[in-house]
Amino acid sequence: MFFSKKKFKLASMIACGILASALFTGCGGGDSAGGGDKKAAAGDEIVIGANFELTGNHAQYGANANNGLKLAIKEVNDAGGINGKKIKIVEADAKSEAAESVNAATKLISDDKVIALIGPAVTANVIAESQVATDNMIPIIAPAATNPDVTVENGQVKAFVFRSCFIDPQQSEVMAQFAAKDLNAKTAVLYLDSSSDYSKSLGKIFKEKFEADGGQVVMEEAFLAKDQDFKAALTKIQTANADVIFVPAYYEEVGKIVKQARELGITAAILGTDGWDDSKVIDIAGKDALNNTYFCTHYFEGDAEVQGFINAYKGEYNNDPNVFAALGYDAGKMLVNAIERGGDDSQKIRDNIETIKDLQVGTGKITMDSATHNPIKGIVVIETKDGMRELRAKIAPEG
Amino acid sequence: MDFMHQLIQQLINGVSLGSIYALIALGYTMIYGIIKLINFAHGDVYMVGAYIGFAAVTFGGLSIFPALLLSMAITAILGMLVERIAYKPLRHAPRISLLITAIGVSFFLEYTSMYFVTPTPRTFPEVMPNISFNLGGFIINGQQLLILGITIVLMAILTYIVQKTKLGKAMRAASFDTETAQLMGVDSDKVISMTFCIGSALAAAAGVLVGVYYNTIDPLMGIMPGLKAFVAAVLGGIGILPGAVVGGIVLGVVEALVAGFISSTFRDAAAFAILILVLLIKPSGLFGKNTNEKV
Repeated sequence: MFFSKKKFKLASMIACGILASALFTGCGGGDSAGGGDKKAAAGDEIVIGANFELTGNHAQYGANANNGLKLAIKEVNDAGGINGKKIKIVEADAKSEAAESVNAATKLISDDKVIALIGPAVTANVIAESQVATDNMIPIIAPAATNPDVTVENGQVKAFVFRSCFIDPQQSEVMAQFAAKDLNAKTAVLYLDSSSDYSKSLGKIFKEKFEADGGQVVMEEAFLAKDQDFKAALTKIQTANADVIFVPAYYEEVGKIVKQARELGITAAILGTDGWDDSKVIDIAGKDALNNTYFCTHYFEGDAEVQGFINAYKGEYNNDPNVFAALGYDAGKMLVNAIERGGDDSQKIRDNIETIKDLQVGTGKITMDSATHNPIKGIVVIETKDGMRELRAKIAPEG
Repeated sequence: MDFMHQLIQQLINGVSLGSIYALIALGYTMIYGIIKLINFAHGDVYMVGAYIGFAAVTFGGLSIFPALLLSMAITAILGMLVERIAYKPLRHAPRISLLITAIGVSFFLEYTSMYFVTPTPRTFPEVMPNISFNLGGFIINGQQLLILGITIVLMAILTYIVQKTKLGKAMRAASFDTETAQLMGVDSDKVISMTFCIGSALAAAAGVLVGVYYNTIDPLMGIMPGLKAFVAAVLGGIGILPGAVVGGIVLGVVEALVAGFISSTFRDAAAFAILILVLLIKPSGLFGKNTNEKV
């Protein structure tokens, strides 16, 4: 009895080990399987790398952007590819960490021999990988990294790094101006996600612009991504009695903040940025709570020119696209365009991305600014009324 | 709004947050009490519970209480399985192996869930009307009362089980000295299994309630509450049931007061400063007796 029990213990431990290792190789296999058969088929395929946060804290952003990219590439492949060559995406997981983003980029470049990289979604992870890509002369298009530092280092534009979205100062400028001019706000509270560079940099610029326009930031409070309860800080914010509350954060926290703010009886306008752009905000916060809220983003879902993308996305994933999906799609379209115009190797693709002009992508027309590697595109301010989104202002691209 | 008004509103906020910590901390503390394991996977069991509740409500069309019970039942089985597969083989291994295994189980639950449910957060459908009461300017939410009520009821049931039933007696015996209890005819494997079963069911209850109250769940939702509940359990005296509840509520109130009157940036720092202070000043916690280490 004693013996057999010990044996059972041993056996179950081994079983555990096998189970675990099977699972882990299972996961790893998903990443590298694409790389494996690609080598045999090299020549009639164009291999690009998708380095996204598929696991970890930012997985919801990375996974959506990745879906958008896959849709853009699928459309090209379904239409026969580029000059008869299909595009193959090799996926790697940036695991929501800067160091892992570098590892994934290195693997894609050296093992899978990708000719261009798309992703990751979050600023810090793009900045981390940009050195590897630059050293290997592989172009990157970052779909959603809005921080100015993504494409610029020490005042110099990074030759191989591009993005398919506007940059943070534009967003904060637009919202600060909107608060001061359209809403006649005199006082504002900043409620920032202190775990996110995105949120902090937007808050800083908003404060500068809003105060330059004659307003005053009367209180600054902070929360952390993944927080559930915001009532303590909101109760404090309520005492400031400000005209607007600026919450530049991502939709999951935003939904909860707006819901809890309204539950506490805060009626002030709540403003935000492109991190708000997901229909889930309405599910989380509730229709009534979202009245008197405004955010700026990359496109308005009611615009005629974005219907093609929205319908294609719904058809593919049976889900409404969010802003990350849209920007991932745009990044894919930009890369495809650069390859189509004679981009056989990484250097030519880089040159072609730099000269993209009036390209129709999912969210509108895009022109690359070769001096900054930021696209020149419009920005929209959206108001949510009884659960429906309404276009409040459309700011045309500068220049 | 004057100072007193704000203070009382913050106390209400704190107690409602704290009752969730308390519910998670109960399971933590039970498991620690019996096998001296800090079960870092507990927060993730809570997450799984939330998802089961979500599925029961969304796809099964159940209302809140049946969904809560179903989720508790399934999660209880999950808790027993985790114990059986991951911890039982290590019963006589050094405690550090168990601890590291617990961290492994935590990652396993997080990322297996993420694989199946995708990392996108889900929103609970409205399963109960969200009524806010305005009592002389103080806002209390119906769901806050529900959470507090369920926490108290579950703690009462738990206290009854531990103090009055045969299983509870066996639990207390095993927590005092597992080997001696075994010599006295207590089936310690069964007792440990039941502990995980009950602890996980409590975590599931907390998960479903949080899902209903805050309206969103995601695969990594268990990490922070898990850590906070650990602080709550240590604060109350780890291994002591009323201690977990009091610890949870004290922690919630401290967080609310720090966020409300000092700065919301220091809120989490305050929570973990409590952990450090308790460990430095009174490692046995608020309710713990100072015992000499048995030799």
